[in-house]
Amino acid sequence: MSNIIVIAEVREGALKRASLEAVTLGLELANATGGKAIAIACGHDIDAASAELAASGVQQVIAIDGDSFANYSGDGWAKAIVEQSRDLAATGYLMAHTAMGKDLLPRVAAALDASIATDVVAASYADGRFTAQKPVFAGKATMTASSKRDVFCATLRPNNYPAASGDGNAEVTKAAAPAGELLSVVKEVVASSSDRTPLQEARVVVSGGRGLKEAEHFKLVEDLAAAFGPGVAAVGASRAVVDAGWRPHREQVGQTGKVVAPPLYIAVGISGAIQHLAGMRTARTIVAINKDPDAPIFKVADYGIVGDAFEVVPALTAAIAEVVASK
Amino acid sequence: MDIVVCIKRVPATDTTIKLAADGKSIDTTGIQYELNPYDEFALEQALRIKEQLGGGTVTVVTIGSKDTQKELRDGLARGADKAVLLTTDQWICDGASTARALADWIKSVPCDIVLCGRQAVDSDNNQLAPNLATHLGFACVTEVNKLTLDGDTFTAERDIEGAREVLTCSTPAVLSCQKGLNEPRYPNLKGIMAAKKKPLEEAEAQLPETAMEIVSLSLPPARAAGRILGEGADAVGALIEALRNEAKVL
Repeated sequence: MSNIIVIAEVREGALKRASLEAVTLGLELANATGGKAIAIACGHDIDAASAELAASGVQQVIAIDGDSFANYSGDGWAKAIVEQSRDLAATGYLMAHTAMGKDLLPRVAAALDASIATDVVAASYADGRFTAQKPVFAGKATMTASSKRDVFCATLRPNNYPAASGDGNAEVTKAAAPAGELLSVVKEVVASSSDRTPLQEARVVVSGGRGLKEAEHFKLVEDLAAAFGPGVAAVGASRAVVDAGWRPHREQVGQTGKVVAPPLYIAVGISGAIQHLAGMRTARTIVAINKDPDAPIFKVADYGIVGDAFEVVPALTAAIAEVVASK
Repeated sequence: MDIVVCIKRVPATDTTIKLAADGKSIDTTGIQYELNPYDEFALEQALRIKEQLGGGTVTVVTIGSKDTQKELRDGLARGADKAVLLTTDQWICDGASTARALADWIKSVPCDIVLCGRQAVDSDNNQLAPNLATHLGFACVTEVNKLTLDGDTFTAERDIEGAREVLTCSTPAVLSCQKGLNEPRYPNLKGIMAAKKKPLEEAEAQLPETAMEIVSLSLPPARAAGRILGEGADAVGALIEALRNEAKVL
């Protein structure tokens, strides 16, 4: 019992970057346990993703492929993964902390009577025990806990480990997706109406708050995000404007929304309630634009501009566009 | 249908977290508690399903301190029929043992649907529903923000990275609820009076051994003080300069 299984996520045939980050952690842990790192992927037509995994540095890849696995089924996939890994002497299971990881790994943990740590930012193995660190209270504190079970499961927060890459050549074993009744199954995946970058994967997050005064004025924030170029910036929102119905909940940053940690976070017209700060305080660089020089957001911001968003943001948008164009 | 709603009493979201002397827990002095925000959506959905079906039962259950009676009474005042408090002095933050203890209790009562919040905002685990469902052999959909029930079949929608998933499953099922699913009702005076007469049972929680044992809690390092670059649009030049040459993020 010393092998580490990394359950990789394949969407639309493409391997998720966050899964390659989990591979990096898996290789580290396997090195410490003295075991192998083994990747398992589920889906249909996942040869390209399996090949990418085979090159990532893992010692073995298992691709569970079949018609019935074309769409995600939490119970179906968990069962297949548990079955396929039964004889693999696995002591650790890792997955990215994504919508799928949060849904799938706890099922595997339950089936194996394993411990589970979620949204982990670091994990290690020493003296026969796994230890994991994870944010609690929306990042207002960090918990370090160690596993007391034979099998340890962890979902890894994206953007915490480098993505594994390499010229490895692991063997890919194909397994047929098992037949059997699926209790829950995805019927349809509807692409988001916007082609914007998902909030937690964006390199820049531009968030707006009540200081924008009206829902229509969010155009300022959208334009600033767009100025960074395609695929770079995402739009976020404070709880106040989500509760007011100006923006959808999926854009909410903070304790009852998403926790983001991009290289650059720009807060526009956000006062900085403690719940909002919990969601963005680990961003590498924070910029705040607010009319009120005493707003709490300035206490966590690296750079602040005191002023009217309607005046400052268009000027900043033009300046960013110029920088991007000059590259 | 018999519906079980799993709730948790948590520190209010505006709490400033301080550490206790043991280095493994938080200093609870002066903390205000509240019903976990996501559990409000779970309770509301349970009441709506009962209303849609014109019958059935809604039971709120928690594992927690005796003080959780307050949040359970609040659930009864909003319309739940019965409350169950599985008492413990431990801080409930270990996913595996919590799911097991709740699964064992749910197996002892009639239950077709389990609803819970997507995560408790103290331990932030976001793992209960699928863990519980696996122990129970129930279907499960997580982070649901749109839900319809037709006969015994649910159609549930949830946000994933950059897209939405539409799923179906049948009862028995466990569903975890995301903000946006509904607009929770608040208790009215009639509900509060009625709640006093509704059953609130207490029993000691049967928790298996903790699977993840806390080694320590720590506070994140404070951010170094930043600086105000100026006022109005005139300061934009200085900001671009700082982002390019100092922070090196452009």
